[in-house]
Amino acid sequence: MIKHLLSMDQLSADQITHVLDTAEQLRSVTDRPIKKLPTLRGRTVCNLFYEASTRTRISFELAAKRLSADVINFSADSKSSVAKGESFKDTAWTLEAMGVDAIIVRHGSSGAPHQLARWVKASVLNAGDGSHEHPTQALLDLFSIRQHFKDFEALKVAIVGDILHSRVARSNVKGLVTMGADVTLVGPPTLIPAQATRWGATISHDLDSVIGDADICYLLRVQKERQNEQLFPSLREYAALWGLDSRRQARMKPDSLVMHPGPMNRGVEISADVSESPRSIILDQVANGLAVRMSLLYLMLGGDRPDSTETVRELTEQLV
Amino acid sequence: MARSRAGSELDFALKARVMEAADVRRALTRISHEIVERNKGTDDLVLVGIRTRGAPLADRVANSIASFEAVDVPSGALDVSLYRDDVALRGPRHLESTIVPVDVDGRIVVLVDDVLYTGRTIRAAFDAILDLGRPRAIRLAVLVDRGHRELPIRADHVGKNLPTSAHEVVQVHVTEIDGEDAVLIGEVHS
Repeated sequence: MIKHLLSMDQLSADQITHVLDTAEQLRSVTDRPIKKLPTLRGRTVCNLFYEASTRTRISFELAAKRLSADVINFSADSKSSVAKGESFKDTAWTLEAMGVDAIIVRHGSSGAPHQLARWVKASVLNAGDGSHEHPTQALLDLFSIRQHFKDFEALKVAIVGDILHSRVARSNVKGLVTMGADVTLVGPPTLIPAQATRWGATISHDLDSVIGDADICYLLRVQKERQNEQLFPSLREYAALWGLDSRRQARMKPDSLVMHPGPMNRGVEISADVSESPRSIILDQVANGLAVRMSLLYLMLGGDRPDSTETVRELTEQLV
Repeated sequence: MARSRAGSELDFALKARVMEAADVRRALTRISHEIVERNKGTDDLVLVGIRTRGAPLADRVANSIASFEAVDVPSGALDVSLYRDDVALRGPRHLESTIVPVDVDGRIVVLVDDVLYTGRTIRAAFDAILDLGRPRAIRLAVLVDRGHRELPIRADHVGKNLPTSAHEVVQVHVTEIDGEDAVLIGEVHS
């Protein structure tokens, strides 16, 4: 298995399947009276979060604890050394000096986890970097999809919304394309990056022409601050053109699914009734995140890491 | 499991076949009778095979008991990978499902495995079972006991005692996985 998880580019279809299969077995632990395994006893995992997060941080913390690893939470807020001006590098070296085995990092700058991986001996897991990637979200989404569809081959997935700023979209496109799905990116032209044509996805600006054919409609959160950048006229117009309400959902195939990475803006990209409809698997996504993160921690930390010489530099070059 | 299967098929040099299909069948039949006799019936029994090859053996013991007692004893499978003491040494293993069909609280759990060697797999199995509940007792049935224990563990029911040297490798083949029933002894050349 890989030493660092920085980007979905690192994972082949076989490796993704291995992560999901392992998660499948670990998921059953959640149904037992004793929800803990001794596997990573004596290992230390640090959550290093430079951006706000609820579900990702808690999910990683719980995943590590379920495997008996010790967990340190470091949030770069007013109470931390970052408020005193400590640099990212010094924080990394401080954690390294304390002997952590894995650092789970969220950072506002794209590429920050790659940089961190060069500085420390610990495994680095990207929990979201700028508008670049969020690989564990993509893996838990693939896991959630696999619970309903046996095969990714020819599965039609529409990812709708602000593709330009979305790390969730980037990681999901990579993962879905690797697994053989047909991905269509849907949104206003201002929110779809020019290079998206090279990702192996189709591009559309008309949700109504895509929705009837999709097996999965994956809605991205509208980052409300983007409205000030005038990338779309108003939230109301956004909802009318690219939001999923029950009227649009009614045109979807009978066994199709609705997904959202959270947190939701109900009434903007998704209406309240759609988010709570039987075809919505939004809460499954959250629950599955725990199993997928346990799987990654087990596969990446449980052992001597044979691929420890993996070339992070090459990966960083792909970023540009 | 344990180290009996260390090394791939490629570097396993066969020295002897010590049990054939009929020997395996007779040994499992005798173990089945012993389990019921020791338990004075089938009340509260649950059979739990240790993955990989203990699982089909547990099912066969259950079938055997059903044939002479006319009682279906529940049979499950246990993957102990997450409880092993060598995870850090040997790295993560491929996980298989753990299925124990009944609540183990108050029951007599009979662990079933193919080879008993160092005892470390059984130690891991104890922890795995105790995380599922509190059985009244745990017993152990193995097809082959090859000695060289590293922990104070012994089997209650043994198909065949097989004195070996630590350099040798014991492989149990079961039809469900390997296409034949046999016990092989060989050496691994590195």
